[in-house]
Amino acid sequence: MSDGHSKKTFVVTRFDPDQDAAPRKQSYEVPVHPDWKVLDALNFIKDEVDATLSHRWSCRMAVCGSCGMMVNGEPRLTCKEPLSQYGDTVVVAPLANFPVIRDLVIDADGFMEKLTSVKPWIIRAKELAVEEGPMRQSPAELAEFKQFSMCINCMLCYSACPVVANEPEFLGPAAIALGHRYSLDSRDEGAAERNEVFRGEGTVFSCSFANECTEVCPKHVDPAAAVNQAKLNAVIDWASSLVLPRGGDE
Amino acid sequence: MVEVTRHDIVIVGGGAAGLRAAIAATEIDPAASIALVSKVYPMRSHTVSAEGGAAAVAREDDNFEMHGYDTVKGSDFLGDQDVIRYFVEQAPRELTLLEHWGCPWSRNDDGTVATRAFGGMSTKRTWYATDKVGFHMLHALFQHSLRFDNIVRYDEHFATRLLIDGGAVRGVAALDVRTGIVRVVLGRAVIMATGGAGKIFPFTTNGNIKTGDGMALAYRAGVALKDMEFVQYHPTGLPGTGILITEATRGEGGYLINCDGERFLTTRDYGVGTKAELGPRDMISRAIIQEIEAGRGIPGPYGEYVHLDLRHLGEAKIDARLPMVREMSKIYIGVDPVHEPIPIRPVVHYMMGGIDTDITAATSLPGLYAAGEVACASLNGSNRLGSNSLTECLVFGASAGRNAMAFAKGSGEGSEDALRRQGEEEAARIVALRGKQKGGEKLARIRADLHQAMESGCGVYRVQETMDATARAVAQLKGRYADVALEDSSSVFNTELIAALEMGNMLDVAEAVANSAAARRESRGAHTRRDVPKRDDQNFLYHTLCHFDPAGPRLGKKEVTLGHWEPEERKY
Repeated sequence: MSDGHSKKTFVVTRFDPDQDAAPRKQSYEVPVHPDWKVLDALNFIKDEVDATLSHRWSCRMAVCGSCGMMVNGEPRLTCKEPLSQYGDTVVVAPLANFPVIRDLVIDADGFMEKLTSVKPWIIRAKELAVEEGPMRQSPAELAEFKQFSMCINCMLCYSACPVVANEPEFLGPAAIALGHRYSLDSRDEGAAERNEVFRGEGTVFSCSFANECTEVCPKHVDPAAAVNQAKLNAVIDWASSLVLPRGGDE
Repeated sequence: MVEVTRHDIVIVGGGAAGLRAAIAATEIDPAASIALVSKVYPMRSHTVSAEGGAAAVAREDDNFEMHGYDTVKGSDFLGDQDVIRYFVEQAPRELTLLEHWGCPWSRNDDGTVATRAFGGMSTKRTWYATDKVGFHMLHALFQHSLRFDNIVRYDEHFATRLLIDGGAVRGVAALDVRTGIVRVVLGRAVIMATGGAGKIFPFTTNGNIKTGDGMALAYRAGVALKDMEFVQYHPTGLPGTGILITEATRGEGGYLINCDGERFLTTRDYGVGTKAELGPRDMISRAIIQEIEAGRGIPGPYGEYVHLDLRHLGEAKIDARLPMVREMSKIYIGVDPVHEPIPIRPVVHYMMGGIDTDITAATSLPGLYAAGEVACASLNGSNRLGSNSLTECLVFGASAGRNAMAFAKGSGEGSEDALRRQGEEEAARIVALRGKQKGGEKLARIRADLHQAMESGCGVYRVQETMDATARAVAQLKGRYADVALEDSSSVFNTELIAALEMGNMLDVAEAVANSAAARRESRGAHTRRDVPKRDDQNFLYHTLCHFDPAGPRLGKKEVTLGHWEPEERKY
């Protein structure tokens, strides 16, 4: 087309539990602008073609983590993926490995519970008073955990993870990475508590090292490395607890 | 049918201000039940998009007097001076708490927290975590909040009405987006923390969720919106998308360049003096518009722009301090700032105005508190300084949490029957709107026309005629909105219904913006008039109040609290 638009067909998963027994596919033809991301086409459909389509989005700058979906079978942040890299047909489906609420909207409550279970907060034997001022942390100490703090909770890694696919209760890459992030933080004293969580069933030892989580992460968090390190720490912590003398009178 | 739940206090909004309020409330009483109602999962809140940093005195060469003076001068002397002094004194404490809660602040070699330069700030006092400060603060707050069992989250619940009985607010009605059920969430005090309203404009840094919901709810409940004419245009947004490129780019030494390769803030008089690129946002945005109008812009597919040049900072510094800017420039405009200048233009970013609150975050409605961008405590006056707003969310969020708890202690619960009835009325309104087929208007058209009206009348430069026209256009759009037709009748995750309810909120907020703007016949801060280019303290050194009335908004005035700094001509 003369204004730089071209047409693409979007095959979108639709499911409304009020009406549908099972998900179905619906096709839309969309005139796409060369600068558009996948999300722009979904918003065009919503505004101009079919107002009943439901999807989540907000920041459209790849940081709020709302708009993860399967695009041509791969978990992607739709606000980040340029349409120019796709052919004439683009298939958009809800994130794999999650229950679907409606259309492209998945149920994230399970992830929220997993996140809470790893105690993703600073744990200290004695809380600091605010009057004591900021703690010191060297740039090197910051670098120890910084990468794992970049997780935007978009949950693409859960969609990519072959273990989650078979074992939905698996704690999963993002939650483990965030728990591990706090254990690595020089200001934290909670590693032992989190190692106990990590030694439980369906946590770090369920990981099969497929590395898919790291490959799909849009923020280069490398959750696979976090899971690996967390596994090692959980073992070392457990082993040393067998060797070290116990407190109390003999 | 509605479902009624009861808590001690109810917080609406799960961004920095709402989460800080919730944490403050748990600290007051670990046994209290605190409802946190948010239309998105809290970590999706728009705080996440803030980039450059949070201001608080941290260095030896800095003090509260300097931070306060910078802020009141930035406000063009419309900030309330008691509020400003309270804010600057609380700021270091709040950012320290964030540090204790795990925020990964960037560090100096000695392990102390690093600070960077920001526009209008006279020394380095902006704490940062590279250029993802809002993201890190939000996640640190949210993750810290998860340890408290008594913060009861209502994720993806859209609050649509304040419930009032016996002259005090007693809770909210909230649509459970997932089920379509309307819940009556009761508490003896309510805190609004829903953020701004950038989406009333077409070209904005704001995410899709920033539709002025809390402002509209308070406005319709009889609380005035204050200083709504002051809309901050951030100087550096990406053309087309409006995605924010942080002021930290200039804090770290970036230049603004016109089509002749000229650093126009140093070669021409735009009032910023030797601050150059580190002038305040209102002045820099005006300078860019003037450069473009003088023919020194650069034409592009989304209108003319100027360049933000970071190349001289070098790859190592850009990667260390501004990694997100590099990433986003590549993804969203196809430019690597290490090798090429970034196209930018002024973009709607922040509402200085909001729900009229006092220094305790209280409103005129007993039991209702507000904090963050949704509120107007009059910290920012007519122009906010960059990096004051994240700190503002913490300082006034904490204050709102504490003061709402104190209020709740001495307050009754109201009549549950009366509150339930209000909830049922609200549920009936929502059910009637859902999938409403009767009507001749399309939601997307109303939104497009609202955008067009707001941009033409309430831009960087304004004149009486177009402001009046915008106010009339918004009034007409409210009429058209009543005739909107919807397609989606599902009770489950009905985003068309949400968008329709948000549109109602946006129209109310837009009404307040346009009418407040048309009545201020002077230029001050971000409200810049071509037909009245001077500030007029004699006649306009007051806050604008805008009161809801079904027949059209009523405007009033409120005194500015002075007393510490004498208003003076604003020159840098």
